[in-house]
Amino acid sequence: MKPRFPEHRRTRRFRTLVGAVAVLAAVPLALTACSGSGGSSSGSAKSLTIEDYYAASYNPIYQQCAKTVGATVTINHVAGAGLIAKVLQQASSRTLPDVLMLDNPDVQQIAASGALAPLDDYGLTADGLVPAVKAANTYKGKLYGLQPVTNSIALYYNKKLLAAAGVTPPKTWDELKAAAKKLTQGKTYGFAMSNINTYEGTWQFLPFFWSNGGDEKNIATSGAAQALQFDLDLQNDGSMSKSSINWAQADVNSQFIAGKAAMMINGPWQLPLLNAAKGLDFSSVPIPTRTGEPTVAPLGGEAFTIPQTKDAAKMKLAAKFVGCLNAEKMQSTVAGITGNVPTNITAADAWATTHPQVASFVTTVKTARARTGELGPDWPKAATKIYTAVQLALTGKASPQAALQQAQSQNQ
Amino acid sequence: MSVSVQTRVRPQAVAAPPIRPGQRRARLMLGATRWLFVAPATLFVAIFFGYPVVKNIVMSFQDYTTKTFFTGEAPWVGFANYAATFSSAVFATSVINTALFTAGSIVMQFVIGLGLALFFRRNFPLSGFLRGLLLLPWLLPLIASSAVWKWLLDQDSGALNQFLGIFGVPAIPWLVSPSLALIAVIGVNIWLGIPFNTTILYSGLQSVPQELYEAAALDGAVGIKAFRYITWPSIRSVVSVVVILGVVYTLKVVDIILGLTGGGPANSTQTLATNAYHQSFINFQFGIGAAVSNVLIVVSFVFAMIYLAMTRKAVDE
Repeated sequence: MKPRFPEHRRTRRFRTLVGAVAVLAAVPLALTACSGSGGSSSGSAKSLTIEDYYAASYNPIYQQCAKTVGATVTINHVAGAGLIAKVLQQASSRTLPDVLMLDNPDVQQIAASGALAPLDDYGLTADGLVPAVKAANTYKGKLYGLQPVTNSIALYYNKKLLAAAGVTPPKTWDELKAAAKKLTQGKTYGFAMSNINTYEGTWQFLPFFWSNGGDEKNIATSGAAQALQFDLDLQNDGSMSKSSINWAQADVNSQFIAGKAAMMINGPWQLPLLNAAKGLDFSSVPIPTRTGEPTVAPLGGEAFTIPQTKDAAKMKLAAKFVGCLNAEKMQSTVAGITGNVPTNITAADAWATTHPQVASFVTTVKTARARTGELGPDWPKAATKIYTAVQLALTGKASPQAALQQAQSQNQ
Repeated sequence: MSVSVQTRVRPQAVAAPPIRPGQRRARLMLGATRWLFVAPATLFVAIFFGYPVVKNIVMSFQDYTTKTFFTGEAPWVGFANYAATFSSAVFATSVINTALFTAGSIVMQFVIGLGLALFFRRNFPLSGFLRGLLLLPWLLPLIASSAVWKWLLDQDSGALNQFLGIFGVPAIPWLVSPSLALIAVIGVNIWLGIPFNTTILYSGLQSVPQELYEAAALDGAVGIKAFRYITWPSIRSVVSVVVILGVVYTLKVVDIILGLTGGGPANSTQTLATNAYHQSFINFQFGIGAAVSNVLIVVSFVFAMIYLAMTRKAVDE
């Protein structure tokens, strides 16, 4: 009986070791994403696969252009947050779709990996479009994406609340500060924006930051500190809820709709919800700047790109398709369905006159700046620094100047 | 557990008669058969557990970015990812937060879980129904429950502050104050972990023979004494399983934190797991993300070893 015991113990140990490894394997996070069915690359150059994170309401747009270029399309809508993971997975398994939609700050990142084809090769240009589109979608001198429509953010205001308080829509920071203070009554805050610790928070802070001379290469400047101080002042005045550091843009919108915020920073994609809210009378103006000069806000919206699929005929057809989506007339159709702003300057101007609700966004988009315009694929690091600084300042962990310095020097 | 399988197989192997030279073929066959039985498990472990761990370790020594997915090139960078990880200010915060989050969650989950398990052992009307209700947090999708908690804990319009307001408590900034956010997140995680602890401990308690209590009662051991000398020693192995599994599960929690605070405000709820997620899937620095998660693996491994040591001790006794 005796010799059995150690052996028994060893197998037991082995078994538990295997068990331990099994438990450990649940821990690593850097795993490949769940596999899904990739677009097949076979077939004639008469069919195209499209991948985006839009809703089914975009399908008629695709069908229209499919008809124009004489192709049939297979549309694959992916959940927003999962798109990049899916694209990376498809890139490594060489199953990228023929037409790929990407959020514009991601275009250079994916282009840098070599997965996208330059659109210049197919005679597509960004001529006639708002300048930021070219900056956002150009990597190393070549254009990789085109955006039929774009968006940005502006200052929405509740007309009734402003009229009741005798306040006119602000144009400068001082006016905004005074208006917000005056509008703060009872359970209603004068002002709301998202200062969350994600890229959404960065995106919302950028108009203050950029319009006041802030720059992502080095965020620890006096102009940036002034902008951050302004954000902090709104909170310290009690005009902005302290919860703004945990609000996504959708939360900000809910506050505005519920009448808990008299003014808010948000984008045109909220218009369907705002219009559906009963008894809500609202309008918007470009985001105020310190001196009243034009706002420099970030360029939003998604770009259409053509992945390298090694099927020259298909890529050519895909280019035609992207060209169709980006045509001036088509842009207005897309804008009508999505509530965004056409990127073509003439189309945008015409759109502003017929659609007053997006007029302030048209104005903003013309002077908008691309997030990846300066740093390209390195933008995510700067974006993290910016929201980190905002969070440090608004939670009182550091003064605006110190918060920016700390975030700038931080090894992200 | 596969204990029964083992005890069934073992006697057969030991009972194999001594092999004579003429039976060499048969012996080879027997050896091959044994390996064939082991093969499926080995393959499974190697593919689904071994490969990801090895890949993660290799990745942590590479400059693994979005580019790598298309080109397949991941330059070897040695310990650069680890150097970047250890020198970042967020890493130190993450380590402290992970320790606080895990310790706080486990202690409270266990204490409350054990209390409830003991409570439910007395069968009373509706106890079965209530025990079922207790599982609710476990059954809800994590993202849904964290979204609801985020709403409950909102400073201005959250239900919790509204309730406290009735008693004149001023609005508490649960999720937006850097000093409170971690406590709030731990609180939600405790709520989530109670069903697991209660269920396992309850089943452990069920297996304690009633006669022991009756015998002990004759010797005057009731109440606390009965718990100290009968209940606790009887469920000790269950307790170690609950705690160790709890630690490993809690170390890797990401969804609740991402849902509630996203690691904020100002990184005050950033843990190793959320840090690794952030590096890999938001900053696209897969190498650094792998380095951070390897630190997490080492920590989990230490606890797995403790678990092994404990179970071995239990066997020796």
